[in-house]
Order: sequence, then structure tokens, then C-alpha cells
Amino acid sequence: MGSSGGGIISVLQVISGKSDPNSILHTIIWRIRLPRVLLSALVGATLSLGGLVFQALLRNLLAEPYILGISGGSAIGAIAGILLGFTRFPGVSLTAFIGSIVTLVLILVMTSGQSVLKKESLLLSGVMVNAFCSSVIMFLVSITQDSRLHNIIFWLMGDLSTADIRQVGLLAGMLLPCFILIFRHSHAMNLLLMGKEMAQSSGINIKVVTITLLVTSSFMVSVTVSYCGLIGFVGLVMPHLLRLIFGPDHRILVPACILGGGSYLVICDLLARTLPDQGEMPAGVITALIGAPLFILLLKRSEP
Amino acid sequence: MNPAITASNLSHSFGNRHVLRHLSFSVEKGNFFIIIGPNGSGKTTLMKLMAGILKHQKGQLSILGHPKRSYTPKALARAVAFLPQRLPLDLPFKVGEAVLLGRAPYQGALGFERQRDLEIANQAMQFTEVDHLNNLNIGQLSGGEQQRVFIARAICQEPEIMLLDEPTASLDLAHQVKVMDLMEKLKLEKCITVIMVSHDVNLAAMYGDQVLLLKNGEVVCIGTPSEVLSFRKLEETYACKLLVDESPLGGFPRVTLVPGRFMDSEN
Repeated sequence: MGSSGGGIISVLQVISGKSDPNSILHTIIWRIRLPRVLLSALVGATLSLGGLVFQALLRNLLAEPYILGISGGSAIGAIAGILLGFTRFPGVSLTAFIGSIVTLVLILVMTSGQSVLKKESLLLSGVMVNAFCSSVIMFLVSITQDSRLHNIIFWLMGDLSTADIRQVGLLAGMLLPCFILIFRHSHAMNLLLMGKEMAQSSGINIKVVTITLLVTSSFMVSVTVSYCGLIGFVGLVMPHLLRLIFGPDHRILVPACILGGGSYLVICDLLARTLPDQGEMPAGVITALIGAPLFILLLKRSEP
Repeated sequence: MNPAITASNLSHSFGNRHVLRHLSFSVEKGNFFIIIGPNGSGKTTLMKLMAGILKHQKGQLSILGHPKRSYTPKALARAVAFLPQRLPLDLPFKVGEAVLLGRAPYQGALGFERQRDLEIANQAMQFTEVDHLNNLNIGQLSGGEQQRVFIARAICQEPEIMLLDEPTASLDLAHQVKVMDLMEKLKLEKCITVIMVSHDVNLAAMYGDQVLLLKNGEVVCIGTPSEVLSFRKLEETYACKLLVDESPLGGFPRVTLVPGRFMDSEN
């Protein structure tokens, strides 16, 4: 099974601990496959949850987790790291993380004070920063010629293959508190759907809630993006898909995004690893390939 | 007994634009209090100050005898409910779920509803006669029904003061009377102080215990409908021709607008 061979029975033997701990298969499963599955689950969960939060905060159905310029900022950081010859971890991840946090702070400062609550200005600043960053990225790509170009392209397409169990643990340690914090604000997100005025007169401190959600979700998306690059589509469409299935209540949607988004990326990554005869393709290719038709199908069926 | 609302020397401005200037008035508990005035006179801003959506910049504002600043957002929401002018008609919830959102000030962060919350929501829906719409989406309702759903949501907050910003503006005649009757019932049966912004001086005359007339962010006059809705004060404030006589129903004034074509022949 899979590009490394090995039947289903021997895989089961490894998992149940009945095989030689020094065998190659044992190593592949515990050291390569397991971290990768866990990483996919974490990344899928984070991106879907990020999309859900931004769609609720900006009350815009096209909002995605990268909307505040996180993708552009982290990409510039990552490319700079690759060009400087840093290793993938922690070097490039760190420069990518710095890049995304710098853009986030920049956007929060640009729309500072009361206007953080004005969703249009937030949305437009994000779009503009991302547009500016794309041209910087294009510039950097066009002046790069050697093998580093390949690394850059792979990073931009999103890459889950670098998982290492300790790094995945570190990631989980940073992401899980964000999940919990967002879940605690899930009912506030329901109230926000009523609009600013009604939410506030229902006892929500709208400024605190907005900033907490913005910063938390941007932080967790930055963390995942800096580790495994830009994986598209999951964050945009999973929240919609789950909303069509489970309805509009965020107290259900937050756990649904964590579990659903996580499983979805695990499946997509599995297909990306097994479908091509040789090598692998980026998981981001599969996410849209399956997700877009599936979404249109659900949309059609939900129409009265 | 403390008044429901006391404002003294209240001022508010957006940038250089002074929207409210040195406003002083008080609203007695259990009153139907109606705020009228031309466009841009500061009515909506005053509502938002009382609802806790805006912070007042100068002067004092007390709610139920306590300074507004001493309330936490949740405590304020338990005392004051607010129905804004523009309703979220794209709210994706069903009627029952939307009404339950009004229980938020009494619930924990996750808003899981107890039996009591469900009972209060049901009573509120019966009160505004929307209980039969329980399982419909907000978008499927008529304007009058939507208005009553959001009034039910506000009643769920079990407020002592209910603020409404032009709740009758987009309704037909029958629904206007229905909403106003509902507010009167709220006042009489639940002893809730109702404060409403309205452009309809006749509705103000029919239902108001007290009327506040605003112009350019200042109080022109405050008192009973007969005191405030006089020919001289209205003509001065609105700068238009009108007639004021007594309503055929008796006991309150009736205001009739005069179309332009009648002006020359009169003079």
C-alpha cells in the first residue's frame, strides 16, 4: 500500500505493536506517516476554523483565513528565508511567521482604533496588502533561477511532507489553545450575525470580542502557514460546506470545522500521496479538485 | 423612586459636528416616552447613547438611578433592550432561535439555554404573536412579522427599559397600530418603560405619555402630547405648514400636513 509498498496486514501488525520495531515499515508508519496525518488534521482544522471566524467577523462569504494579508506576508518571509539559504525548519518557518505577523500588525495599525470594527476597511486593507505582497513575490521569483526556485514553488503550493513528530507536537501546543479560545467565543459569533448594534445591546463587548477573534485566528493561521506553506481552498469552502450541513449555529460549526476540516485535509493528502504512480502532488491540488464540485452539488440540493 | 433615565447636560459630537448639545431631561418609570424631531436632530444618537452602543462624551447619563458607566455590557443589556432602525433581515436563524438570542445577557459564554430561557422565549413570542412562525426563517416573513420577531427578542432580555428606533417606519397602517398597541401593552402589563423615536407626530400624540421634541441636538420642549404638539412649536421646529386640532377620538392633538398647493390661497 502506498508509494513505499507494504500490505494492509503488515500495516495492522505495526499499529498493534506485533512487528519488529526496527523494520522499515515500522519506521515509515510511526516516523513519517503518523506525523503527516496529524499535521494534515491540524492544518485542515486551523484553516477551516480561520475561514469560519473571518466569514463571521467580516460578514462576508468570500472571506478566507488569508484575507488579512497573512498569505502574502508569510510568503515573502518564507521566500526571503529560502533565498538566504535557511533550512526548512526552524529557519524558513521562522521568517515566514515573522512576515505574517508583521503584515497583521501593519493592518491592525492601519485600521487602528474604532475602525477595526468597520469590516469594509479591514477587508480592503487585507486585499491591498495581499496584492502588494503578490507583486513582491513575483519579483523575487523572477530573479531566482537556481534550485531554490523549486523550493519556493513548493512552499507556495503548500507542502505537508516535512512533518516531524516533535514539530507537530509543538504546533499542536500552539494551536489547541487557540481552538479552545475561539470555541468560547462561538456564541458571541452567533450574536454578531445580528449586526454590531444589536449584538452590543445584547451585552457583547464588541470591541474586545472582535479583536480577540481577529488576533487569535490570525495567529493560528500564521503558525500553520509558516510551517507548511499556502494550502488553499480548505479555509474558504469548508465553513460553507459545513454550514450547509449543520446550519448557522457557531457552537456547532466551530467543532464541526475542527473535525471536518481536519478530516478533509487528511483525506485530500492521502489521495495526493497515492493517486500519482510516482512521487506525490501537492494536497492543495486535491482540496479544490474535490471540494469545488462537492460544494456546488450541496448548494444545488439546499436550494428550495 | 428613581427615574428610568436621567440625562443632564449631555453632549455628543462626531468630529466637529455637534450632534447633541447640553441635553437635560428625565424619563419616569412606566412611561411611554416618544422622541420626535426633524432629520438630523440627534434622535438616533440619543438612542445609541442610552443603549450603550455609543459612549457619551460630556455630561451625565443615569439608568435606573445608576450612572451608565457603572454598568457592564451584560448588566446594561439586562436593564435596557434596544431595537435598532435597521434590522438584520439576513440573519440565518429560524424565528425561535433568533428570539432565544435575546437571552444572552443571562447566559454563560456559550449561551446554552436552560428550561427557563425556553419558557421566556415562548412567552415573548406569544406576546408579540409570532409563536406560530417558530420554525420559519427570518427571510421568509413579512416586514410586520420580522419587526415583531425582533421585538420578541428584545422582550427576552427582560429589560426595564425598551428602546425602539422608528419601529413603525416601514410598516403599513395596520401593522403600525399593532406595534404601537404592543408597546402600550408592554407598558401596562409588564410595567416596562418604553422609549421610542418616531417621525409620526400623530402616533406620538396617540400613544405618548410624554413627548420630547428635539431640534439640532437641543431640547425644544418636553411634556404631554398636548403641551408639545402645539401649532407654534411644531411649525417653528419643522419649518413647514401644518394644522393642529383635537383628534376626533378626543384627548390628544391631531396634526394635519398642508400640501404646498394650499399655501397661496390661504395667504
